[in-house]
Amino acid sequence: MLSEELKQELRKMIADAESSREKAVDVMLDIQEHHLWMSDEAMEEAAELLGMSPLELDELATFYDFIYRSPVGKYVIHVCDSAMCWLEGHQRVMDHISTSFNVPIGGTSPDGLFTLLPVCCIGYCDRAPAMVINRRVYGKLTPEKIDRILGRLARDNEFHPPE
Amino acid sequence: MAQPLVLFKNRHPNRVATLDEYRQSGGYAALERFIGGKIDPGEVVRLIDESGLRGRGGAGFPAGKKWEAVPKNAPFPRYLVANADEMEPGTFKDRILLHTDPHCVIEGMILAGYAFSATKGFFFIRPSYDSSAAIMERELEIARQSGFLGKSILGSGYSFDIVVHRSGGRYICGEATALLNAIMGKRPNPIKPPPYPTEKGLWDRPTVVNNVETLACVPHILRNGPQWFKDLSLTSKGAGTKLFCVSGKVNSPGAEELPMGTPLREIIEKHFGGMLPGSEFKACLPGGASTRFLTSEHYDVPMDFDDLKAIGNRLGTAAIMIFDQKTCLVATTHNLMKFFARESCGWCTPCREGLPYMRELLWLIENGEGKEEYIDTLRSMCKQVWNSYCALAPGAAEPVASLLEFFEDEVREHIRLKGCPFNAKAGN
Repeated sequence: MLSEELKQELRKMIADAESSREKAVDVMLDIQEHHLWMSDEAMEEAAELLGMSPLELDELATFYDFIYRSPVGKYVIHVCDSAMCWLEGHQRVMDHISTSFNVPIGGTSPDGLFTLLPVCCIGYCDRAPAMVINRRVYGKLTPEKIDRILGRLARDNEFHPPE
Repeated sequence: MAQPLVLFKNRHPNRVATLDEYRQSGGYAALERFIGGKIDPGEVVRLIDESGLRGRGGAGFPAGKKWEAVPKNAPFPRYLVANADEMEPGTFKDRILLHTDPHCVIEGMILAGYAFSATKGFFFIRPSYDSSAAIMERELEIARQSGFLGKSILGSGYSFDIVVHRSGGRYICGEATALLNAIMGKRPNPIKPPPYPTEKGLWDRPTVVNNVETLACVPHILRNGPQWFKDLSLTSKGAGTKLFCVSGKVNSPGAEELPMGTPLREIIEKHFGGMLPGSEFKACLPGGASTRFLTSEHYDVPMDFDDLKAIGNRLGTAAIMIFDQKTCLVATTHNLMKFFARESCGWCTPCREGLPYMRELLWLIENGEGKEEYIDTLRSMCKQVWNSYCALAPGAAEPVASLLEFFEDEVREHIRLKGCPFNAKAGN
């Protein structure tokens, strides 16, 4: 399922490392850039490139917050729910996104655009409440600001390379 | 006295300092003198040792001692790891430092590597700091092109290069031995020493793991001398400045560089705008989520390793999370336990099973289903989790133990009222 071009790119990245396994997370993050999530097929092909068994790679994939082993939307919204964001109303942020953009908490909107997940402290406590979308962080969230950010993502195809 | 700026002296609003700006402020002078001048690496270790620099990542281990722990006759290659995982709730100082003056961290890494003849450095960074990772990659290339990094640095014959390693994101990866497993592409469970990573770390080779802020202090100490560094501190046993990151119920949350040992009161009232209107200081966690609640009784404590230890607390990462009289500390502690229970790597039973149990008891108390005996059970659990494999669970128990020590009345009131007197919602 991975294109030859992507595989070449990943092989080169792996060749530069001390040991091939070292690049396991990078390889999965790169594949997700193209395919959004790590399907069983993607896991098998990635494991082969890394010289690991699919099970060994799954040990890592299931461990990390930002590797997805189930289908996700084009934009994965991780809302921080640790101390400072919790204190500043993370639940209101979750609820607002869920109702205004039709995203079930822990699920994906029917149009496949947004997935809504909680995440542990993302290190933006001075700008609580905060969220991270496809590795970009947004802080000091208000309903208006959320509407602006998600509204723009819904219109704009540039943020994420199209498949 | 004017605020002495060392790590933040090139701080600009919304902009990263360039290599030229860093050099104009004295940057890379230490590298030129020590590596360019082929000064014995032992001298670097000696000066850092003498400066009293202690690890800024939470444990406060003397930096020079850690480098010294690499045996002189240890095999090569040797590795240095800069820990930019920074997942302790409340902590964001390293992110601000990386967005302020990345070359200060890069020069620190090169000099630290030189100190124990490391051949390669890994810059380990969490995924939510992707913008910092991109800055580092860009600036590392600039350092390479300037001859500060790579083969035979400044013609000295010493070669050292740095790669950025992106994490997939888990709190435990900040623990040094788990971090090493993460870099090697293994499941990041901690490994109980001995052998210590300084003897057998990455691929069984000597490896030193240092926090980003610790490394950033190194070039400044080498350039200005250990006594200068000691004199920056307000306390006699302390050394240097410290990046304090303050969040919660203050007017101006953020990160500021202040002398080590600055009193908590001054930090809150003078440097972070004081408490919010209508808010009174109730308690804070002085060094991240795995430190103990500090009450108004110690509002004037000097924020330094030894002074906090003297009152039974820890400086940790100097991430001060501030709570006011309207904050329910049972709900807050439940939130902290939710974090720790979720982030447990699951390797050992006391942590994997103990933390969710404690979280559950706190949830019951917060939501009106608490019983008096839960208090004793929680106290006992705080001790039991010390049987776990690494420091995660004992750290997680700190806020719980201190909640019961200083705010037992508040906990009992929840039980008596069958609900939260603050009407806080603990969430699931």
